[in-house]
Amino acid sequence: MEHTSLLERILRGMALTLVVIFFMFPIVWILMMSFQTNETILRIPPQLVFKPTLANYTALITGKLTTAAGTLDIAFMRNLWNSVFLSVTSVAVALLLGVPAAYAFARHKFRGSEDIAFTLLSFRFAPALLVLLPLTLYFQKLGLANTYIGLIWVYQLICLPLILWIVRGYFEDIPADIEYAYRIAGHSWFATFRKIALPLAGPGIAAAGLLAFIFAWNNFVFALVLASADKQPVTVGALAFITSSGIQYGQISAAIVLSITPTLALALYAQRYLVEGLSLGAVKG
Amino acid sequence: MSQSALAISGVDKFYGPIDRGVHAVQNLTIEIDKGEIVALLGSSGCGKTSTLRMIAGFEEVSRGTISVAGRKVHALPPVRRNVAMAFEGYSLYPPLTVRENMAFALKAARLPKSQVDAKVASIAKLLEIEDILERYPSSISGGQQQRASLGRALIREADLHLLDEPMGQLEPQLRAVLRGRIKHFIKERGLTAILVTHDQTEANALADRIAVMEGGVLQQFDTPDMLKQRPANLFTGTFVGEPPMNVFEAYVGTAADKINLRLPDGLSLDYDKDAFSGSVRDELLKRQRVVIGIRPYAVRRSKDGVPATVSANQWLGDQTHIAADFAGGSLVLVEHDRTRLELGAPINISIDPKNLHVFDQSSGMAISHGVELA
Repeated sequence: MEHTSLLERILRGMALTLVVIFFMFPIVWILMMSFQTNETILRIPPQLVFKPTLANYTALITGKLTTAAGTLDIAFMRNLWNSVFLSVTSVAVALLLGVPAAYAFARHKFRGSEDIAFTLLSFRFAPALLVLLPLTLYFQKLGLANTYIGLIWVYQLICLPLILWIVRGYFEDIPADIEYAYRIAGHSWFATFRKIALPLAGPGIAAAGLLAFIFAWNNFVFALVLASADKQPVTVGALAFITSSGIQYGQISAAIVLSITPTLALALYAQRYLVEGLSLGAVKG
Repeated sequence: MSQSALAISGVDKFYGPIDRGVHAVQNLTIEIDKGEIVALLGSSGCGKTSTLRMIAGFEEVSRGTISVAGRKVHALPPVRRNVAMAFEGYSLYPPLTVRENMAFALKAARLPKSQVDAKVASIAKLLEIEDILERYPSSISGGQQQRASLGRALIREADLHLLDEPMGQLEPQLRAVLRGRIKHFIKERGLTAILVTHDQTEANALADRIAVMEGGVLQQFDTPDMLKQRPANLFTGTFVGEPPMNVFEAYVGTAADKINLRLPDGLSLDYDKDAFSGSVRDELLKRQRVVIGIRPYAVRRSKDGVPATVSANQWLGDQTHIAADFAGGSLVLVEHDRTRLELGAPINISIDPKNLHVFDQSSGMAISHGVELA
């Protein structure tokens, strides 16, 4: 960066701006749409200047959707809560199960360990729809259809393999001798796992958790098939905006803004720790 | 000694299935007294680190038993073996400072803070790492990390201190100083230490006894002096000692009252029959072929010796290493004075029968050292 000419810097700035505009445009456009009514959104040609309205957000938060055909009840806030609850719980369960499992796979080579790990990964190979049909039948028999427990269980198909395989890699990167050093200093196996392995793999666990959360949050088919209205997350709930009197672009945009806010906030928050943790050089001997 | 600090008895280590996997350590039996410093010496892959890790409890013992201070420990988890270890890869805890790293085990043992601080201070002084106590492992050099790791092991009171290549990363001067200090430290406190190293200078300087290993088999377990004077077999003979022992195959013959060791190229080392004791003579004559070994320090130049041709001559500042073409091979001799010899110069060498090591040609086992039977 030392000897860059003015021209180079200008060109670089322009290139960066272009890239940022390219990637940010959809999000900015959605943000703008969320403050507009359907009429202004659908104007041809589209205009950048408009009179902002909070009507879309009000409709979502109060749950009353006013359309040309009359007033509709929508359960957006309920959906949002479902999303938060389902994603958080699924990731928590997956971390609870996946992290110790990942440690076991990383540190102990037992008979069939590779096969088991691969089987867990293979859950991700099958198309979700293929799994869903038999699953729906079983869940109805077991009384798990349309329950949070059932959904969280199915969400493990998304979260668990992801966490297991990412975290396993991080555990494998920690030199085993660091753990041995701790164990020989008078600590049990479990204390070593808690005090040495977990903190050192911390950034990896956070990254895996975050990824799993995003995947869980964005899931659509599982919830669409297995949950009814009161258990549905936002991804499915958004279908309600396609009404008999047209598609409510304004509300959809506002809903998108509201639903990406938690993941975005989480990502920004966690990113700080991720970078910090990784740049500490934590796993270098 | 009433009780040994460490008793390894008939230990085998297989990586993979027993009897079918890689046989890394073979039927190893060693007994180490309390207060002794023992070095496991060998080249890479000789099984010395596997042995150390079995003692520590990081590797399972495939067969045999290991006792520490009279307790059978080979089935116990590391935490219950009461051994301390310094790792070759340092393995300091990255999130902790050097001070915290060293104090770690003491804290686990619930020692009062004042005592912990005092111990850390004294060990840090010993290892010259006082100025980096508050630094993190990632911000210090390899040599410093190694000393911190060594400190973390030495600070503990344990039945056994295991040191895996403890000084490999240190600069030569510091290494020499620390060797002395560490030996003194261990002896003063009556600790028992096992040192794994491939550096024989280090083993010689630190250890009371050295266990030479090769190919998973213990070759010889003896004091540094005895390893030099009475190597049990050809491997120990050539492995221990710097520069290495000169080795030649020879045919044993007799003529008149002489014993001839006939070398290739028509050369022969002739000795009076009386130069050897009767039993050595018998052993020699019983065999047709033997391998003779001569330490470079024991090769003399003399007018009536066997001819050789100088192929290299190096003055190392305190001694001269002369390499010579001799008997179809190469021979190295060491002289303490500066010797001016041109390349290609003819020299004559002689070897005192006192300095002759004779090994069996097929098994490599020692037959005689000097005039005595092995």
